Amino acid sequence: MAAVTLLETSALCKRFGGLQAVREVNFSLAQGEIRAIIGPNGAGKTTLVGIISGRIKPSSGTITFKGEDITRLKSCQRVMRGIVYTFQVTSVYATLTCYENVALAAQRRLMTGAKGFLTLGEAAIAERVESALDAVGLAASMERPAGELPYGYQRLLEIAMGLALEPELLIMDEPTQGLAEEEIAEFCALTRKIAGRATVLLIEHNMPVVLQLAHKITVMDRGTVIAEGTPAEIEADAEVQRAYLGT
Amino acid sequence: MRRHGAAKIIVLHLGVIGLLFLAQFFLPAYHQSNAIRIMVLATYAVGYNVLMGYTGLLSLGHAMFFAAGLYGAGLTIYYLDFTPLQGVGFGILSACALSFVFGLLALRARGIAFLIVTMMFAQALFLTTLYFNEITLGDQGFVLSEKLRTMTIGGAVVKFSDPVVKYNFALMVFSACLLLTLVLARSPVGRVLVAIRENEARTRMLGYDTERYKLLSLVISGTISGVSGAAYALLFAYIGSTFATIQYSIFPLLWVLLGGVGTTLGPLVGTALMFYLIDISSDYTSSYLLVVGAVLLVLVLWFPKGILGTLRERWLSWLP
Repeated sequence: MAAVTLLETSALCKRFGGLQAVREVNFSLAQGEIRAIIGPNGAGKTTLVGIISGRIKPSSGTITFKGEDITRLKSCQRVMRGIVYTFQVTSVYATLTCYENVALAAQRRLMTGAKGFLTLGEAAIAERVESALDAVGLAASMERPAGELPYGYQRLLEIAMGLALEPELLIMDEPTQGLAEEEIAEFCALTRKIAGRATVLLIEHNMPVVLQLAHKITVMDRGTVIAEGTPAEIEADAEVQRAYLGT
Repeated sequence: MRRHGAAKIIVLHLGVIGLLFLAQFFLPAYHQSNAIRIMVLATYAVGYNVLMGYTGLLSLGHAMFFAAGLYGAGLTIYYLDFTPLQGVGFGILSACALSFVFGLLALRARGIAFLIVTMMFAQALFLTTLYFNEITLGDQGFVLSEKLRTMTIGGAVVKFSDPVVKYNFALMVFSACLLLTLVLARSPVGRVLVAIRENEARTRMLGYDTERYKLLSLVISGTISGVSGAAYALLFAYIGSTFATIQYSIFPLLWVLLGGVGTTLGPLVGTALMFYLIDISSDYTSSYLLVVGAVLLVLVLWFPKGILGTLRERWLSWLP
């Protein structure tokens, strides 16, 4: 796949005091792929995507997105460039309705210029909200407070919020954690659908999900990338077996 | 939340303003003058509510914005021969500028630390009014004479000491600020402010520069508080350090808590209720604060979200 490079990190490091959470990571993503990052707990996966999304400042190194150096941009600026992060622990606005939750994401794309701050066509927002909720199958719950939804649905709502931001790169941190079997199957179908429009970066522990979804897998251990390749290559890799798969 | 009841909401707010307008023809003089004070102070609470109710930032220093409006208007009318409206304009600008500068500094602090910074700044401003007592006359204060409160607008002489002018000016000020917050609450910005109140970190990851929104909220809140202070100076003619004390920072907090945090009409309900609570109970006993305290306890027990907040939760979910 001689695809266009969407995102590239170069010699990315993050130290938390004495702990080197991410060390010298050179990581690149091709436009349109589904990439999974796997690795044992504490491997630095969440820190790495945190740095990419702008939630965490790197100690050193650079990040390039679509040819632009975004290392110094704030997370909110990165969102506007198309890098969208969905949380590991669901953090939807529990007291607001599903509609309001997604509307917050949807209106962000529309709020440009001074006028956008005071009035926006609610119809334009509603249309985007409906299509995002439709995509994840939550259209029927539009008026329910998000906090009343079952856990699996809250995860889906989180993804709908991500979609409403019209991402070019959608980062999902452990999206299937806590989901039931059939919900996981639905999630996989949804992710494939999303991948038609956006590049998807997953942190995932569930190996069957990773193996069936990802085009490529990056394996991390102790802050570094120890292997990268297609699912078949990774399954065959001896070092990965030792570090992660444990078999 | 936003998707229904637009007509109902507009009717309700215009209805309240209409009732307040009509009330001046029925209310006896005593209650009319109370209503003037309530409307001006409710404007202060409306301003406070923008920051606390909609954005979730607790301040114990809003007296500084109220005082900025009060002194900005009072001093310029008293010393610089500003006309009443010029003075009010200057008062509003002072509060706006103060809240902007204050926001740049104080919003670096979060939570309790922010609360303490608001208190300290307000205390500093209070002490400043005492320090310059040759100009401000400190806690003794000064009075705007009837002459200073008179101006001609389009050939007509307007006396801001006249009860009818006072009532309608107060009503105008209150209505403008109320409608402003209604528009704000239902605007895209209002939606973001509520999101910041509910979960700031999440809101940042939706692409919003939350620091800017908090600053905006603080400036709107401080400016409306300044509008109230400036109107207070003009209508009640007395300008003194008392209005910069911590007591005047706590009042709007109580009014908003009582009326309903994060409801547009809560500040009016809370201010009116508290005003009459003190007014009526002080007729019967000199320890009226005890009565006020008891009523507050009852309200906290049975209406923990304030009167309108509880109504909204139980029955009227469409209330903005």
